[in-house]
Amino acid sequence: MVSKTVAYTGNEAIAHGMKQINPDVIAAYPITPQTEIVQIYSTFVADGLVDTEFVTVESEHSAMSAVIGAAAGGARAMTATSSQGLAYMHEVVYIAASMRLPIVMAVANRALSGPINIHCDHSDTMGARDSGWIQLYSENAQEAYDNLIQAVRIAEHPDVQLPVMVCLDGFIISHALETVTLNDDAFVKEFVGIYKPKHHLLDPENPVTMGPLDLFDFYFEHKRDQAEAMRKAKDVIIAVGQEYGAKTGRGYGLFETYQLDDAETAIVVMSSTAGTAKAVIDELRAQGQKVGLLKLRSFRPFPYAELAEALKHLKAVAVLDRADSFNAFGAPLFVQTRAALYDLPQRPTMINYIYGLGGRDCDMSQIARVYADLAEIVKSNQTGEIVRYLGVRE
Amino acid sequence: MAQYLEIRWHGRGGQGAKTAALLLGESAAAAGKYIQAFPEYGPERMGAPVVAYNRISDQPITVHCHVKEPKYVVVLDSTFVGSVDFTDGMPEDGVLVINTDKSPAEMRKRLGLEESSIRVCTVNATQIALDTIGRAIPNTPMMGALIGATNLLNIEDVIEDTKRKLEKKFRNRPEVIAGNLQAIQRAYEEVQG
Repeated sequence: MVSKTVAYTGNEAIAHGMKQINPDVIAAYPITPQTEIVQIYSTFVADGLVDTEFVTVESEHSAMSAVIGAAAGGARAMTATSSQGLAYMHEVVYIAASMRLPIVMAVANRALSGPINIHCDHSDTMGARDSGWIQLYSENAQEAYDNLIQAVRIAEHPDVQLPVMVCLDGFIISHALETVTLNDDAFVKEFVGIYKPKHHLLDPENPVTMGPLDLFDFYFEHKRDQAEAMRKAKDVIIAVGQEYGAKTGRGYGLFETYQLDDAETAIVVMSSTAGTAKAVIDELRAQGQKVGLLKLRSFRPFPYAELAEALKHLKAVAVLDRADSFNAFGAPLFVQTRAALYDLPQRPTMINYIYGLGGRDCDMSQIARVYADLAEIVKSNQTGEIVRYLGVRE
Repeated sequence: MAQYLEIRWHGRGGQGAKTAALLLGESAAAAGKYIQAFPEYGPERMGAPVVAYNRISDQPITVHCHVKEPKYVVVLDSTFVGSVDFTDGMPEDGVLVINTDKSPAEMRKRLGLEESSIRVCTVNATQIALDTIGRAIPNTPMMGALIGATNLLNIEDVIEDTKRKLEKKFRNRPEVIAGNLQAIQRAYEEVQG
């Protein structure tokens, strides 16, 4: 395949990926830092470069409602949002998942008000973690682009039929120009294929009802089906990531490990901070320290068994969350990772850091401090505080 | 271990510091480098202080935090002198390029850098912008001045690449394109120190 290397922001990379996917319908409402995605896409529509029906709506609630309607009608439908926008569409986000509509939504992660803040943290998508959507997190613009293309295949797979959020860090990735390798248009077109839904509302030969009342007779079974679809999504994410890797040279799994095999301590983190951690690991490794990283890509489905296997040999692990779950004995990524390791006969000591809220810069010195804290835990055999805050004034 | 060059741009909202960082990043990418270019987004208003950054490397860049130790610092507006520490985090062999009508020696004195090993370079980018573009937007000439002071990239390639970028943006205003390219060339030649 002919690929091209360009300098793109995360938002430009997502918009370009959407153009190559050329979905039937996009409905969106602007919100910083996502706005550029649909703004750029609207120029593709105006210039006649895509076939998409572009629906401008008056709110995010309507944006999600419109893509639900489109997807129920058998269209390949996409949208994008951030922060308050995701919060505003919250009730319909659940409906998209429960109607098993394979919508793909890019989310430029941003803090939730208040106080009002436009910068990155993961509070927005963490608030939607139990909505029934698959969530893929991206380290950089390249991964955001690659995840978007794979998300279409994952969402529409017959074993899955669930919507997917493709998360990228607001501003840090959405607005930063980076080196990105793009696939050629023909490859993306072939990779995503033509969407042929099994059931949809505009098929008079096979009439169906979608979204009817579902009380104590079948509601529970439908929820059980959603859980099963999410469970099956794990193997589909792996298979699609492998196929994408075979064709582009950029393979993906449920998570990525960096210098983890012989590590004694490690950080578990999602998104852009994983890249900063890699640079710190390079420095510490040069000093002979056995430190590593596990960067989680698939937060939903949560690959608990694979995580336990990958982390079981470590002496101490720090899980970094870019969101808080106030006084829940750790933030979401930590709580789940720790639970995943509970059944191991021998477990690493685990601590949690809440970091980077509201876009607080997480620099290399903060990451280095986490590894120093882990080394101290191993040396002293004392865990100390389990839930900690990184880079905040106390 | 990844080695990369870091650059910090100081400007005021409306002077184009962010655009300069993006254009430089794109030119470096066109030259086959791995790059990052990003502003520090705050409550920007016309005239308020703005900071933007570049990272440039021969290898992939994974860090995603603010630039703390820039080797090169570019100042688009000398009225910051006294209120912003341009040299914050700069190494001993750093290069500071300032838009001013003062000489390098005079700026060095004003900034209290008489004893510093940091190289201070100056160029009157505002005048160049007025002469060539017709507006006091010093971002493209300061990109030329940075390249003149450091030989960071090949100037002909940068001008060619910037021309392609501007042709997309200003396709109906060819005079803006010619003015900007002339500004880059002049500042590249006129930067002192």
